[in-house]
Amino acid sequence: MTVSQFLVLGALLFSIGIYGVLVRRNAVLVLLSVELMLAAVNINMVVFGADIGDLLLAGQVFALFVITVAAAEVGIGLAIIVLIFRNRSSANVDELDLMRW
Amino acid sequence: MNWGDWVSDANNIVFLVLALVMVAAAVRVVTSPNVIHAALMLVVALAGSAGLFLMLGAEFVAWTLVLVYIGAVVVLFLFGIMITRAPTGRDPVRLDHARRWPAAVVALGTFVTIATVTVMYFEDAPVEGAVSRSADLGEVLFDRYVIPFEAVSFVLLAALIGGIVLARKDPER
Amino acid sequence: MTNVLIAYAEEGAHEVAGLVDGGILAQYAWLIPVVPLVAMFLIVFVGKRLPMKGWELAEASMLFVAVYGVALLVTNASNGISYESSVEIARIGSFVIEWGWVVDGLSIMMYTVVGVVGLAVFTYAKGYMKGDIRFTWFFAAFTMFAGAMLVLVSSANMIQLIVGWELVGLASYLLIGHYWEDHENNAAATKAFLTNKIADVGLFVGVIIIAVTVGSFRFDAILQAVADGDSALAQVAFWAGLALFIGAMGKSAQFPFHVWLPDAMAGPTPVSSLMHAATMVTAGVYLLGRMFPLFQTDGFATDVKAIILVVGAVTLFATGLVALVQDDIKKVLAYSTLSQLGYMTVAMGAGAYTAGLFHLFTHAFFKGLLFLCAGSVIHAVHSNNMSDMGGLRRTMPWTFRTFVIGSLALAGVFPLAGFWSKDEILASVQYDASGSGGTLASAVLVVAIAGAFVTAFYMARAVYLTFFGEYKGHAQPHESPKVMTYPLIGLGALSIVAGFANVPGLYGGFTEWLAARPFVMGDHHFESFNFGLAGIGMAVVLAGIVAGTLLWRRDAATQRDRDRFRIPVLYPLLSHKYYIDDFYMKGVIDPIKGPIARFVDWTNTTIIDAVVNAFGGVARVLSRVVYGGIDQRGIDLAINAIAGGTGEAGEALRRTTTGRMQQYAGALFAGAVLLVLGFLIFT
Repeated sequence: MTVSQFLVLGALLFSIGIYGVLVRRNAVLVLLSVELMLAAVNINMVVFGADIGDLLLAGQVFALFVITVAAAEVGIGLAIIVLIFRNRSSANVDELDLMRW
Repeated sequence: MNWGDWVSDANNIVFLVLALVMVAAAVRVVTSPNVIHAALMLVVALAGSAGLFLMLGAEFVAWTLVLVYIGAVVVLFLFGIMITRAPTGRDPVRLDHARRWPAAVVALGTFVTIATVTVMYFEDAPVEGAVSRSADLGEVLFDRYVIPFEAVSFVLLAALIGGIVLARKDPER
Repeated sequence: MTNVLIAYAEEGAHEVAGLVDGGILAQYAWLIPVVPLVAMFLIVFVGKRLPMKGWELAEASMLFVAVYGVALLVTNASNGISYESSVEIARIGSFVIEWGWVVDGLSIMMYTVVGVVGLAVFTYAKGYMKGDIRFTWFFAAFTMFAGAMLVLVSSANMIQLIVGWELVGLASYLLIGHYWEDHENNAAATKAFLTNKIADVGLFVGVIIIAVTVGSFRFDAILQAVADGDSALAQVAFWAGLALFIGAMGKSAQFPFHVWLPDAMAGPTPVSSLMHAATMVTAGVYLLGRMFPLFQTDGFATDVKAIILVVGAVTLFATGLVALVQDDIKKVLAYSTLSQLGYMTVAMGAGAYTAGLFHLFTHAFFKGLLFLCAGSVIHAVHSNNMSDMGGLRRTMPWTFRTFVIGSLALAGVFPLAGFWSKDEILASVQYDASGSGGTLASAVLVVAIAGAFVTAFYMARAVYLTFFGEYKGHAQPHESPKVMTYPLIGLGALSIVAGFANVPGLYGGFTEWLAARPFVMGDHHFESFNFGLAGIGMAVVLAGIVAGTLLWRRDAATQRDRDRFRIPVLYPLLSHKYYIDDFYMKGVIDPIKGPIARFVDWTNTTIIDAVVNAFGGVARVLSRVVYGGIDQRGIDLAINAIAGGTGEAGEALRRTTTGRMQQYAGALFAGAVLLVLGFLIFT
């Protein structure tokens, strides 16, 4: 197994996540795409950790932390989306443009 | 190395299968018109990444990912979809923007850049899938990385409280 | 000591030895012109508030000048002073403009004359001008005149002389026009000023010629050039001397520039006395005296003397005749002054430096006296005309006595002052006739003797018409107050004794005083008294007095008849003053006022104004182009474009803030990718 193959896969997943973030109109789906990007990052972390043969297992530890923070972020993000939905009865991000000119 | 040599390694075949599944699932996440399908495809993608972790010997991370991500986060997503009454099932309203090509360009550009740089730098460097013991991970987590560990626990606490505060109904005056 | 002076002079040396520098008196002699000028400023600023309305300051300045002048005279009498000091004021190219003062025999004589006669006249004027609405201003102008005259006679260079010359002309204008409410007086003042100004062209031309040739304005430099026989100066000397004489003719009212003096009698009598008898009109004679070596030294301007002789003789006789037909007493005295100035000019023309200036000296006293007496009479009778006077010797005794003394002195009766000075002039002309003057001088001698007859004749007429017979007027004549009569007495005394300053053969004091100059004047000094000529002169004068007595010492009715008698051809000619004034008016002034003035106006409006307007028009067009084309369309457009562009860029960029999160995210990712690419490619 080469390092590159894992990293290329991670890059691919990341790019697909970007596409999703930019394209989806529902806020929840945008958050979903962000999760995809974070998963790609996790792959990169672990591969790097395995590549350098780290005794301290820094890559894996990093991946753990990313998972944890992602969980926390999803919790908060969904709370916010729920709030917005309550106020506007819509989760469409195109309608969230109050900060416009 | 060439394709023949690469494929001769059994690990790489497994890898290839997993990769294809994951990519397909990811594409379905971002393009599926059905919201529930998108969430469930995420589950598949995450499961695939857990398999990759196992290949690389990071067992603990893999099972944590399954537990936390697939078990909790995706369930949370489904709850969120329900509460926000996202259009479940087929819906005449489009879920995507009308103009999708700028996003495609950006995504493509990102992929090309990263992939090129990576391949240019790493080339054929191999990676060992040495299995790492969970005990070692635990030790190092509470020894070397104890401060980030505690910090992350605070993050979780903050997220917990914040979530409750944000999402509760306004208290009666 | 002083006889040595004359000895040196006669030996043909050009410079006089044995002169002293005058010490402190000479060093501070610059005060003499300055004190009256300072007094003038003080009178102008504070005069009205003083108890005597500024007269004190004027009188004090004149007293100062008189005392200083006499002190210098006394010092000069014992040791001849010759002193000159100058301060440089400016420099133009190689010409230096200086302010200086000269203390030598000639200047000292003039200081004394101006000071003493001025003192008498100023005292008199206090009474004469009493109640005048412009009392203070009168004395301010009068003091300015005194200061200016002293500047003139103390000047060490020609520029300063011109300054003094013009200032006395200004003072004359101001004072003649003192009663300016009457338009005729303004006309008289203007006539005096303009006539002088026309003659001044000659003065300026002469000064310029000499200064350019010699390279300096200073008198001592010029006279040194004459003494050295400078050939460049010798070549131009005739024209320079003639030009200078023309300038002198204006100020000293020689024919044909004499026309302003009779009209100047419109001014107050003190003015007529001091300015137009004693001092200002003598400035021309003074100039000739100052520049005398130019006219006297062989090879220079000696040919001009013939012209001077002729002009002086004509003036002498012609104006004397006109005095015979005047009814206004001041006009009689004015024409008499003209005639006496003619005598002084004749003396200068005959090369008699001392005689001419001696007559100036004595004439100042008795003519000044006569004018003051006339003023006293006019003041009492309120009329200038002798036909309104008569029999005043009983009511105005002191005026009568001093007037008679003055008349006798003027006529030249022994032993009064005029006798000695006029006799010296006759003797000098006779000497010149036997020398370089030739037949011309002989003819002039005859004219001068005839003039003496005429002088005696018209003065006798004046005396009898005014003081004898019955009073023909309508006022209540009375003697003038003491402030007016005391100066009369003082000048009368001087008219008696002044002549003894120069008795040929006995006492040559005046000659020595005048000779105290750095250069020899070269005029002839008489060793003994010329009894023959004196006898002829006296006979002629007595004949004139007798004729006058016979004709005019009558009762009022006969006087009136005699006065009305008109000699057919002679009377109109004389009463119209030979029609000269009419000629000037119609032949000179009217053409200038009419066609020439209109032509100049046309030139100004059509040509000069057109040029100026063209420049203005061009400027306007140019400014319109710059404003419209360059400023409005070019510069303003550019600046407005910048401002507008900035605004529009802002407008455009504003639309990027859509508020849509996904667009921001897209931009973020795209930017990051580009940055990375940039790093990769360029490093």
